[in-house]
Amino acid sequence: MAGIRSIGVYLPIYRLPREEIARAWAGRSMAGTKAVAGYDEDAVTMAAATTLECLARRGDKADGLFLATTTAPYKEKQSAAIIASVTDLPEACHTADFTDSLRSTTIAIKAAIEAVKAGSAKNVIVAASDCRPAAAKGALELALGDGAAAVMIGSEDVIAEVEGSYSIFNDFTDYWRTADDTFVRTTEGRFIDEVGYLPAMQSAVSGLLKKYKLALADFTRVVYYASDTRQHAALARRLKLDKAQVQDPLYNEIGNTGTAAALLMLTAALEKARPGDRILFAGYGDGCDCFILRITDEIKKVQNKPPISPKLSGKINISYGQYLTWRNLIPAEASTLPERPPISLPGRWRERRAIAALYGARCKKCGTPQISQIGQAPRVCVQCQAKDEFEPYKFSDKKGKLFSYAIDQLQPTLNPPGVNGVVDFEGGGRLICELTDCEIDKVAVGMPLEMTFRKMFSSRGINNYFWKAKPVSE
Amino acid sequence: MDGIKDKVAIVGMGCTKFGERWDKGVEDLIVEAAYEAFEDAGIGPKDVQAAWIGTVFSGLSAITLSPLQLQYIPMTRVENMCATGSEALRAASYAVAAGVCDIALAVGVEKLKDSGATGVKGPSVVGDNQDGSSGIGPGYSAPASFAYMATRYFHEYNLKPEEGKRLLAQIAVKNHHNGSLNPKAHFQNELTIEQVVNAPIIAWPLGLFDCCGVSDGAAVAVVTRADIAKSFRKDPIYIKAMQINVGARQGAMRQDYDFVHIEENVLGSRKAYAEAGVKNPRQEISLAEVHDCFSIHEMIVYEDLGFSPRGRARDDIEAGTFTLKGDLPVNTDGGLKCFGHPLGASGLRMMYEVYKQLQGKAGPRQVKNPRLGLTHNLGGNAGTGICSCFIVGNEK
Repeated sequence: MAGIRSIGVYLPIYRLPREEIARAWAGRSMAGTKAVAGYDEDAVTMAAATTLECLARRGDKADGLFLATTTAPYKEKQSAAIIASVTDLPEACHTADFTDSLRSTTIAIKAAIEAVKAGSAKNVIVAASDCRPAAAKGALELALGDGAAAVMIGSEDVIAEVEGSYSIFNDFTDYWRTADDTFVRTTEGRFIDEVGYLPAMQSAVSGLLKKYKLALADFTRVVYYASDTRQHAALARRLKLDKAQVQDPLYNEIGNTGTAAALLMLTAALEKARPGDRILFAGYGDGCDCFILRITDEIKKVQNKPPISPKLSGKINISYGQYLTWRNLIPAEASTLPERPPISLPGRWRERRAIAALYGARCKKCGTPQISQIGQAPRVCVQCQAKDEFEPYKFSDKKGKLFSYAIDQLQPTLNPPGVNGVVDFEGGGRLICELTDCEIDKVAVGMPLEMTFRKMFSSRGINNYFWKAKPVSE
Repeated sequence: MDGIKDKVAIVGMGCTKFGERWDKGVEDLIVEAAYEAFEDAGIGPKDVQAAWIGTVFSGLSAITLSPLQLQYIPMTRVENMCATGSEALRAASYAVAAGVCDIALAVGVEKLKDSGATGVKGPSVVGDNQDGSSGIGPGYSAPASFAYMATRYFHEYNLKPEEGKRLLAQIAVKNHHNGSLNPKAHFQNELTIEQVVNAPIIAWPLGLFDCCGVSDGAAVAVVTRADIAKSFRKDPIYIKAMQINVGARQGAMRQDYDFVHIEENVLGSRKAYAEAGVKNPRQEISLAEVHDCFSIHEMIVYEDLGFSPRGRARDDIEAGTFTLKGDLPVNTDGGLKCFGHPLGASGLRMMYEVYKQLQGKAGPRQVKNPRLGLTHNLGGNAGTGICSCFIVGNEK
């Protein structure tokens, strides 16, 4: 039976305390924090990170990759294809972006289940990732956070079987954003709850229960999207859920992460689930998709390394000023350093293997792994000078140590100072690259590092993604 | 292979004041330095039979030399990052040594202050070998690329950051003292150790005064055959060695490249010593102009060039070995730190100082009875470096 085989969670390490926002606007202080994508992260980089984790947990390849997001970096150009190349999936992998609705995630999951059931795919990853833009000084600024989560849908060794599903659509305008809008728009909250969200969710849940002849009491846990904690609690009351059944929406720690929100809640539920448990999982947005999940004995395999709880609290609290500049919400003074030249698309294409999955090469004569910091594939070995005797060698999954570093006050970056390192990889090879997600005073020679896919800068509308090194996350 | 030793002599040199020359263009700087060199050599522009111009950013092709109105002679632009000025001198000297001309001109120029930006312009060409055409190279500044060396040096030799910074500060203080004696230097102020160590950090551990000046300037040399040099002047300076040694990104790609020495420097200087017949550089070199783009590099160069034993530069710095009154004065004119660093001009500017010193014309900076002088550049940085190491002498 089709179900969930693996999960992945990616939460940025940065948290913006809500009281920091309140202080900026002399507003009423609100509890908690929201997760904020780093200055070099976006929906694509976070989705890539969660996809890599989802693959690594089961040591598998996927033959399908669906991205669910409302904040793809390009209006035209597929993000799933970028993620598939970064995660080194085979060329025949079926890629698709599911967009324009917060329900994209459950729509994509449904499509993945259908594909697996029909036999057209074996393992489909659904990665949900969002960085929704909120205008300053508003309720959405307090509510919205950034994050990503992924599930692998397949039929073998599933951790949770999908026993059934039920969907409705609902043409209701509660949150929207046109091509011309910089920020998410919304309307009056009571109207949304009473006419839109609550009736739609109730209708979908009762439709599911009726179709499968179940009652809410048959579920150990109910996991569902809501736009904020108040709305989340309102539905729990409306459905008369037992307190123990309600999955915490995590909004206090990370905020509402858009397409990733319900899926992140699901990973938290799976972290605690026991074999035999039944979970009701519901995504919302222009309608509702409900699923019945039944936990299997395989669940233990993803529980040995807790998927979400160690990541919830984040590592670095940022200031409101950092948040504004990272999000380009305030015009900041340009660097006085000379501008970088525009990037060459033919150059990026030639060096695509290095850029996407950080492929270098290993010399077949002397065995030395090697990679150029500007992506050029070696033709002559840096160690023994043998010509064209190379095999591909992937560096993105290798750990490394910091050989030396430079903290650069002049470097043009949205998060000064720039941190850069000479990284020596376990197993050989060296790369001089930027470091990210660092606490500056903890950067030290010998520090263990791992690689992470990030946005370097934008050049004439092109997102220049590449790899950086970051401190190994525990 | 018998090398360049004593085949070519420098018979005239010129050098502009370095600094923020807002009111002078590339053409003014070239004319200013070249006419000083013509006068020094006792020749006119019509005597020049071939010319090489070195510039990194301030002009494409030898058309850059057009302000001199040299009439239809072979001219070429050369570029080799911070070794560019030295490269122009090498080309001119090789042409004379090859016997294809008797009088050749080497020009180095850079007008950095027209960019409107702070610091040195980065890679500017699509497909550039520094950043790659894909633009994925890390976007750090030049000081950062040398901060790697300082961080590693401190780590390797167990220097506490404050200790290391004070050590490096002595280099800046020395070079500022020398620069204060030089009316052509960009900066002519003395500094104290406290001022250096308390200066704003640019790329930890390097502070503002660990970094060289960004300047405008030009320098020019007239070279001729050694055997006819005395017909131009009684005190020509003879070329003893000219070595260029270029890395192939070993520092960026190989774990055995240690960042506390620069292999390009070590091999470049060893070849230069062999070409010049120098057995013990510490004893035989009278003065050296080395590439102190950042203080840490001058310290590493002491060791790379064999002036100090490996890891022991500290002893010589603290003993004052490299000051004007020391055993081996280094950067007597203020160095890149203080004289300034217009990239394409720097190699020739260094040679200008060595030339004047060897002729005994260095005024208050004059070192005692010099015989052999050395100039050294490092373009790029560790493992992606272009080292030039030239040796000249006042005796044939």
